[in-house]
Amino acid sequence: MSGEGARGGAGAIPPSTSAEEALERAEEAPAKESSPLAGLGGNSRLKALVPTLYIVFLMLPIYWLINMSFKHNNEIVSTFTLFPENPTLDNYRVIFGDPSWYGGYIDSLIYVVINTLVSLSVALPAAYAFSRYRFLGDKHMFFWLLTNRMAPPAVFALPFFQLYSAFGLIDTHVAVALAHCLFNVPLAVWILEGFMSGVPREIDETAFVDGYSFPRFFVKIFIPLIASGIGVAAFFCFMFSWVELLIARTLTVTDAKPISAVMTRTNSATGLDWGVLAAAGVLTIIPGALVIYFVRNYIAKGFALGRV
Amino acid sequence: MARITLDALAHSYSPNPTGPADYALKQIDYAWEDGGAYALLGPSGCGKTTLLNIISGLLSPSSGRILFDERDVTGLSPERRNIAQVFQFPVIYDTMTVAENLAFPLLNRGVERAEVDKRVSEMLETLDLTTQARRRARGLNADEKQKISLGRGLVRYDVNAILFDEPLTVIDPHMKWQLRTKLKELHEQFAHTMIYVTHDQTEALTFADKVVVMYEGEVVQIGTPEQLFDEPEHTFVGYFIGSPGMNILPGRIEGSTVTVAGRQIDLGRDYPAVEEPIEIGIRPEFVAVREAREAGTSGVPMSVRTVEDIGRYKIVRGEIEGGRLDAVIDESDSVPTSAAAVFDPARINVYRDSHLLRARG
Amino acid sequence: MDKPFDNRAWFFVLPVFVLVAISAIIPLMTVVNYSFQDTFGNNVFFWAGFEWYADVLASDRFRSALLRNLLFSAIILLIEIPLGIAIALCMPRKGVWVSVCLVLMALPLLIPWNVVGTIWQVFGRSDIGLLGRSLEFVGIDFNYGQSAIQSWIIVVMMDVWHWTSLVVLLCYSGLVAIPEAYYQAARIDGASRWKVFLHIQLPKMQRVLLIAVLLRFMDSFMIYTEPFVLTGGGPGTTTTFLSIDLVKMAIGQFDLGPAAAMSIIYFLIILLLSWVFYTVMTNFGVNAADRPEADR
Repeated sequence: MSGEGARGGAGAIPPSTSAEEALERAEEAPAKESSPLAGLGGNSRLKALVPTLYIVFLMLPIYWLINMSFKHNNEIVSTFTLFPENPTLDNYRVIFGDPSWYGGYIDSLIYVVINTLVSLSVALPAAYAFSRYRFLGDKHMFFWLLTNRMAPPAVFALPFFQLYSAFGLIDTHVAVALAHCLFNVPLAVWILEGFMSGVPREIDETAFVDGYSFPRFFVKIFIPLIASGIGVAAFFCFMFSWVELLIARTLTVTDAKPISAVMTRTNSATGLDWGVLAAAGVLTIIPGALVIYFVRNYIAKGFALGRV
Repeated sequence: MARITLDALAHSYSPNPTGPADYALKQIDYAWEDGGAYALLGPSGCGKTTLLNIISGLLSPSSGRILFDERDVTGLSPERRNIAQVFQFPVIYDTMTVAENLAFPLLNRGVERAEVDKRVSEMLETLDLTTQARRRARGLNADEKQKISLGRGLVRYDVNAILFDEPLTVIDPHMKWQLRTKLKELHEQFAHTMIYVTHDQTEALTFADKVVVMYEGEVVQIGTPEQLFDEPEHTFVGYFIGSPGMNILPGRIEGSTVTVAGRQIDLGRDYPAVEEPIEIGIRPEFVAVREAREAGTSGVPMSVRTVEDIGRYKIVRGEIEGGRLDAVIDESDSVPTSAAAVFDPARINVYRDSHLLRARG
Repeated sequence: MDKPFDNRAWFFVLPVFVLVAISAIIPLMTVVNYSFQDTFGNNVFFWAGFEWYADVLASDRFRSALLRNLLFSAIILLIEIPLGIAIALCMPRKGVWVSVCLVLMALPLLIPWNVVGTIWQVFGRSDIGLLGRSLEFVGIDFNYGQSAIQSWIIVVMMDVWHWTSLVVLLCYSGLVAIPEAYYQAARIDGASRWKVFLHIQLPKMQRVLLIAVLLRFMDSFMIYTEPFVLTGGGPGTTTTFLSIDLVKMAIGQFDLGPAAAMSIIYFLIILLLSWVFYTVMTNFGVNAADRPEADR
């Protein structure tokens, strides 16, 4: 009872799926349980406990800050309650009413946006070059870019101050935006290059054969393909620029002072107004929370950074 | 070695299945004989991987039972069922050498080191991997890695059955044949029950003694390759097996005469009475293309669209009244200008509602 | 992908090069310049050779700050990496909870660093803080402004709170990329959960782990804002890390020479240690430089 005699098999073979499709199907084969340790025994209740406890740990200080932001300063220092006894919006009113307070947020947002735009616009062509071509000194250049990420901001605090003073750029948004580029551009190039390398060269070549000029090809064809990469890079640029304090404070005095610097200012002679401080803090968390919410679907994929 | 019995087995991925459409696997009752080489053949999404995973224990069926010999193993996890599975892409432990990879399943089961070494070196020889024993498994190429995956299954003593889930998917075409031959050798040597899932009919028909053809979650036919070729029990089997597949044409049947494309053909066998339209199936190998005048009344006028020269034979693709028709002719034959197709009556199958209608008596 | 050689690609790289060069090379040149010079005031400088370098390397202040940084980074890595891996392992892979978990975990990463310091200040104080008060309630006298050990504890806790999520997210993305078939094969091979971790999950996470370790090491070694806001470097100099010391010297005291020398030394130490980490991690175990396609 052998398997020969199948005359039908001598000719063309029905198209078989590519390896990638096979892989996709293999990955989509439903797991019995939903954790990486699926089906290997172990208590899944216990497993769910770990991230839960961790998240509780993360949320506790934030909850406490929010709690405090709704209390008057005297209530804070005199009593200790888990929820405000006399909840008040006064702290928030102070911030929204005082230009030196809310100006800080606006200033921060301005230079963060400028930085993200600048970083992305210079990083895109550079990443394209690294991804598509070899050229003199390319490996060294790439490595040099990455080492800038390893530079301690503290080392650059004073030199930046002197440099930007020389150009009369102290206390401008542009100064902070440019200064942050030192750290953000290498990261953006690295991330974008990874995503770009995932797009086959054939697509570029086909476009050129079809008569696309380079700018048109780049904008209409290439950029949509790496859209998630641009999102990830923008996310990281925003993340770093928004949170960094030292350089931002060093380079600004009043006009472009970031909110983080404004907050440290409340350490005044009249003592700390904890309530206002807390409210200011809460307000700085909100942009971050919004950004995460909007990119939440890309977070897990994005951290894979295309090449990791 | 074990006899694997499927008892009213069915599976639905949704928690509350309402109708047949919700079932990825419709009810199956079948027994796989001990030591047989089986292929599960069908297009993507037909349920063959689901069935395989149920047999191996990676998936729990939503209804029905599965028995190894007489033991109900439906609730048992894979490691207790004594099966081995080879996946679509090689699954190896990157950090280990080839030899360590093969030793892994044995060490996990507490086998003594001396015995492990002996088994591993035997397996290395069987798989022609002795020279690679000390190499990091990660550095090998795809077919060697698949052999390691296979070896991890064979190296165990207690294996009831080996299940293959499209194992040649990532193998280079010229290595596929080698690996297939190796699998056949191993089957003859070790006599394990082997179940091989594939959508490639060549793999299925050359590997298996019996082929299980599946379509949309149902088993449509189980038979030897010859049976599948000569008497497909479902029009899908006819279409799927063979290259090109079987021609399916509408017609009517009365007694022993079938009416197709306006011609009446006497089949020489008596069929039960059927009023509704039926379909006939005839393989291109049994359709001759003659000159219209020469064929006379037995020939059906055919307009030829293309002729593909495969080498040892030619495929004539054309149309007759009632639909498309493919015919296989010898490489030396030429296609006449006014062509007619002549069917071999002995090779015509009749299908009612896609299922084979058998002659009476 | 076979990349053609074309020097015209430099035009694409030029903007980046110019921007980063101005931002990096000019300031660094300034720093190097200062590090080799001394001044008596009035902007008159004279060559001082390696004097500042020798001074800095010999000074107790520098050495203790360096030790503090090394100790701090070691503690951070020892806590955050295993913790991050453990949490990533326990996270669900599919379902609605995935998004919820990821969003909540990512939140601390996007809080301005001084606010992180403020949050923990407000959280840890024994008069107004939840943590501080709770510890007092249990009988522990918690005043991190006055106890060296306690200040370290709270600074470490703050960093763990702040950055562990980065490790979690990186490891999670690595884990999620592992095809189901590996787990299935391991079950059939009878592997225990520990062996699955050791032989499948850990090797597949090698690349992301490398990034996580490098990032956490570099950032913890450079840390400035958070401890500065929380403890101001105190009590005394207990939590005065290299950055804090450096900024005090450069901007506070305007001691350009020593500050510059210290900056260079600081930067070189980071480069050296990062290179060590990178080399050790890529050569130990599976070679992380392989592309993933190699093992399919």
